[in-house]
Amino acid sequence: MAEYSVFSLLKNSFSGNRDWKPAWRKPDPKPEYDVVIVGGGGHGLSTAYYLAKEHGLTNVAVLEKGWLGSGNIGRNTTIVRSNYLLPENSRFYEHSMKLWEGLSHDLNYNVMFSQRGILNLAHTPGQLDDFARRGNAMRHEGIDAELVVGAEAVGRMVPGLDVSANARFPIVGGLMQPRAGTARHDAVAWGYARAADRRGVDILENCEVTGFLREGDRVVGVTTTRGDIRARKVAVAVAGSTGRVVKLAGVDEMPIESHVLQAFVSESLKPVLHTVVTFGAGHLYASQSDKGGLVFGGDIDGYNSYAQRGNLPVVEDVASEFVAMFPGFSRVRLLRSWGGIMDMSMDGSPIITTGPLPGMYLNCGWCYGGFKATPASGWCFAHTIARDEPHALSAAFTLDRFRRGILIDEKGVGATPRLH
Amino acid sequence: MLIACPYCGPRDVGEFTYQGDANRKRPDPASPAGAEWERYVYDRTNAAGEHREYWQHSGGCRAHLVVTRNTVTHAISSVTLVRGDDA
Repeated sequence: MAEYSVFSLLKNSFSGNRDWKPAWRKPDPKPEYDVVIVGGGGHGLSTAYYLAKEHGLTNVAVLEKGWLGSGNIGRNTTIVRSNYLLPENSRFYEHSMKLWEGLSHDLNYNVMFSQRGILNLAHTPGQLDDFARRGNAMRHEGIDAELVVGAEAVGRMVPGLDVSANARFPIVGGLMQPRAGTARHDAVAWGYARAADRRGVDILENCEVTGFLREGDRVVGVTTTRGDIRARKVAVAVAGSTGRVVKLAGVDEMPIESHVLQAFVSESLKPVLHTVVTFGAGHLYASQSDKGGLVFGGDIDGYNSYAQRGNLPVVEDVASEFVAMFPGFSRVRLLRSWGGIMDMSMDGSPIITTGPLPGMYLNCGWCYGGFKATPASGWCFAHTIARDEPHALSAAFTLDRFRRGILIDEKGVGATPRLH
Repeated sequence: MLIACPYCGPRDVGEFTYQGDANRKRPDPASPAGAEWERYVYDRTNAAGEHREYWQHSGGCRAHLVVTRNTVTHAISSVTLVRGDDA
């Protein structure tokens, strides 16, 4: 498959753009692979790509039950950031950020990564002190962070934001990470799929896993709607469906709850919101897409759910927070809303691990934040699969941390998934 | 989503507070720390389908409830009071 470049654009424009080839093949499943990855979302595809690129494993299949990009990779609010407090998180997400910065070139696919910055708003002096601490922790790890003090300074950065003393929750400052931003989420799935395919990975769409092949304790393959596929290693990266899929392997309990998270996009506006902004007196994050729509979301609905749709109380909550921040947006019409299923872990941090059965590898527990982790998740999971040991950056994210009591609880709310 | 409170009748989900999985069994408080406690604190069945869970009618009569709800369809098949729930 040809490299995308200005020359391929020119060449194809002269032939009326009739000769473009599909970005990835549609192969039939082979009976056996070295590695089978269950889940053709962002994390599964990036894992396949880094397995091929960094570890030379190309006899790999990615199994997707629907079409590529039909799950959370196409349902998120596209925010990329690495503004974490705890070192295990900040190192991992900063590695992800560095991969994002070179991703379009690496994949030869424009993922439209736009480093427009993220501004977390503070509404009380105590919250601003906390942001100063987090910003210092980030800078200590070599991550960019700038404390913004005073409503006026915030107002200069984000026109349209209500920075007056009459706001429902008056703004006193914020924490800015200038290198954060957004990316085109579908392009991330397509780009990784194409890049993995070019290195020989088979991407099998409409191929749902219905069970696991076992030899004693060991997992030796999967049964699917397109036949049995044997594999030396079976890796599972299915986000909100983790509970369902591991049950097929006989694992009945996990430190995970599945919850529904809604997201929203408005009608297209002219450029008005230039950074990603988050509300500090509730939970809301908003940005404007290149197409002009305001993309925003808030809390999960708060009860266990596998339905990819939510209920009205959260819609109302999110809308009222958005309007409290930006009174000018009160007349903007909502274009669409949708839901995705989050794999909420017990400490709010992900799980990248060998197991839970021999021959099996698991990547889950991404809570709200799976999208920004896509490159680093694949990077570390590929390492874990190829070498049968955790990558240094994900060594803290193993499954046995719960048993050992070494949790990574960024928010400090304990084993209550709905609060992370 | 409507939850039929035994005292108040069908009310909007916004009046209720979710309080988590009702399938878990708290181990004997006197038992030593170990696998049983770890399982109680961290592990969940996370069922796709019928799920027993605690809710409180916090915006109404404040009763604590056990709701059986399908996590795939959100259909509720039973709502009972926590008091007297011995399952």
